[in-house]
Amino acid sequence: MSLSTILMTVFSTTLIYAAPLIFTALGGTFSERSGVVNVGLEGMMIVGAFSSTVFNLSFGNVFGAGTPWLSLLVGGIFGLLFSLLHAVATVTYRADHIISGTVLNLMAPALCVFLTRIFYNGKGQTPVIDQSMGNFTFPGLTNIPLLGKILFTRTSLIAYLAILVGGASWFFLYRTNIGLRLRSVGENPTAADTLGINVAKYRYMGVLISGALGGIGGAVMAQSITLNFSASTISGQGFMALAAMIFGKWNPMGATGAAVFFGLAQSLPIIGGYIPILSHVDSVWFQIAPYAITIVVLVVFLGKAVAPAADGQNYIKGK
Amino acid sequence: MEKDVVQMKNITKKFGNYKANDDISLELKQGEILALLGENGAGKSTLMGMLSGLLKPTSGEIVINGKSVKMENPRDAKTLGIGMVHQHFMLIPAFSVLENIILGDEPLKAGHINYKQAAKDIALLAGKYHLKIDLSAKVADITVGMQQRVEIMKALYRKANIFIFDEPTAALTPQEIDQLMKIMRALSDEGKSIVFITHKLKEIKEVADRCVVIRMGKVIDSVKVAETREEALAEMMVGHKINFAVDKKETNKKETIFKIDKLNVEAHGQLKIKNLDLTVHSGEIVGVAGVDGNGQSELIEAITGLRKIKTGIVVLNGKKIQHQSARKIAEAGVGCIPEDRQNVGLILPLTISENLVLKSYYKKPVSNKGFLNYKKINEDGRQLIKNFDIRSQSEKELVGDLSGGNQQKVIVAREISAQPELLIAANPTRGVDIGAIEYIHEKIIEQRNAGRGVLLVSFELEEILKLSDRVVVMHEGQIVGEIDPRDTSSEELGMLMAGKQLAE
Repeated sequence: MSLSTILMTVFSTTLIYAAPLIFTALGGTFSERSGVVNVGLEGMMIVGAFSSTVFNLSFGNVFGAGTPWLSLLVGGIFGLLFSLLHAVATVTYRADHIISGTVLNLMAPALCVFLTRIFYNGKGQTPVIDQSMGNFTFPGLTNIPLLGKILFTRTSLIAYLAILVGGASWFFLYRTNIGLRLRSVGENPTAADTLGINVAKYRYMGVLISGALGGIGGAVMAQSITLNFSASTISGQGFMALAAMIFGKWNPMGATGAAVFFGLAQSLPIIGGYIPILSHVDSVWFQIAPYAITIVVLVVFLGKAVAPAADGQNYIKGK
Repeated sequence: MEKDVVQMKNITKKFGNYKANDDISLELKQGEILALLGENGAGKSTLMGMLSGLLKPTSGEIVINGKSVKMENPRDAKTLGIGMVHQHFMLIPAFSVLENIILGDEPLKAGHINYKQAAKDIALLAGKYHLKIDLSAKVADITVGMQQRVEIMKALYRKANIFIFDEPTAALTPQEIDQLMKIMRALSDEGKSIVFITHKLKEIKEVADRCVVIRMGKVIDSVKVAETREEALAEMMVGHKINFAVDKKETNKKETIFKIDKLNVEAHGQLKIKNLDLTVHSGEIVGVAGVDGNGQSELIEAITGLRKIKTGIVVLNGKKIQHQSARKIAEAGVGCIPEDRQNVGLILPLTISENLVLKSYYKKPVSNKGFLNYKKINEDGRQLIKNFDIRSQSEKELVGDLSGGNQQKVIVAREISAQPELLIAANPTRGVDIGAIEYIHEKIIEQRNAGRGVLLVSFELEEILKLSDRVVVMHEGQIVGEIDPRDTSSEELGMLMAGKQLAE
């Protein structure tokens, strides 16, 4: 295999695995910027993956090749609805954010596998979807010498979209007044309140956006990687996204970059075999790698990164 | 005569059964600086909370610019042109100064914030009112004085005509206070009206036109500042004649109660106390003067067992007490009013009576076979609240909900009621109002008159000179001089504190 083919494989595999993480890490960023800790990303991804797969299986013959894209939308909507639980629990009823998020993580797989058994004749996993997200070659850009082949040939369109969403999220949070207000309630809700900013409204917004993006992230996972839904479709990606968010310092651009890095880590088991120097290494190491890297990154960066000042603090309005 | 911009008519505010404001009426004229004077807990902040939309009156009427208004939230107050400069700044440290100012009222251009326009508008206002602020700096990086100017700018940016300053000088340096006074005068010259909440008489004399005195939720009087003496204001505030002199009985120095010999203490790898000797006799207050950071904190921590002693001997009543646990030292008879009352002296989310038994909860009769006797705890709490004049709703009120002065009284009550042989008082009156200061001073002198030893560590020279029988000066971990407070001026003491020897 030529070097450029290897690079193309590494690159496209990385992007394919990065896409779900980017969406979900961005989701986490919105929630935590508004001051609500979101360890429930994993659960939101599961709901997104499940709902999108069911939609795809049910309507694949109606919408044809457009089905996986519509499935993402469906995943986003159900992720948003699911995250409503987290918002109500933490913002309205002032529950502990970690506990509420953990409830989501425990509830989602149980609920979704249970529904899978009901919908698909008692089986623990759904059938494989017919209409999946394939790879994509950018017309025109592919002709750029060298880079065209590595970056733009047989690659992941959704990953590029995810990076665009990352840029848009940054603009939203750091250049618009709604973004400024959303961040203000995550930093000092009391101060925001004295300026007439509705703390609960912006925190709901943060959590619901995170649910939608987390749902889309889970849907991307199901539509482009696992191609069905089972208990193991989402196996820690939500936590990797959380790690990416922290690694990226709660900044959308940072989270996007970090998610691409974790995508590379996740793609190691697949690309390891293609890279000549690494092909002798036992594949078990590659399979452990994403999780090990996540833990190492968290240990090294969690202490140093500065979270929003009021992240995880419930706001109680004065009488 | 200027018109009234604010009229508060017969305002009453109740929290449960407690009347924080009782039938208060006041008016504010255009361009006037009105001082609102009262002790901590007198109801000043509650009253202004209602004017700024944070609280709703139980009964009464608020009239702004001739119109009766009902404010539901701070935004309503803002719309009426009322701007509050909070005592604890309402700023976001992670945001820039500019972002802090425009938050909630951002100028927009094509869907995004027009930072340029905002910066231009604010620079214009800053020039007009001489408010020096650095718009691009992060709030976390600027001085307290500038943070306050940012708060003022927030109100100006929202076109406020009525300013409420809630104890604005509490955290400022003397130079910053001067600047603030200038800004307040500039605001009033432009026709803006100011309510200035404070319990510092000097500042009222300096800047205010009129002063309304509030005590226990009621208006005591409204006076013209120029025609009223400071002493008269102080009396109105606390409700009785202020005893500026102290009542110290002559005591014969008796035996040595407490002795430190060649003490060395390290902190953060540095020697903070160097070969320090110190003696306290019974019936004596020894003042430790010194600039903050010269080892005073380490000295107190070492004596009370919170910090390891490197070498040296500490003796109380003939018994060595060094290298023992804080509990053992307290039981041996050392009481301490710590300098950081909220973090060291109290547990804010616990009730008053729980805080009062923090040093005795493990002993009979409060504790019986590991079970707490809450009936006894609360009974004792009620007694101490009465004896030490702690203003509170009940003994079950959380200490975190009390005013600073009353929090300090809780500590004083706990430490003194344990009848210590040696009482250490570290800045016992910092951030406390005049009435409480007088009270705490009285209690400290009572200890002395009862033949106990007192070690008073304070940054307030006046306090040291007033209370102490003997003053030692601490500089870089050593005692660099001892003076007699009766024939030493603050200037001489200040020289010693700066590390200079007095010319004989």
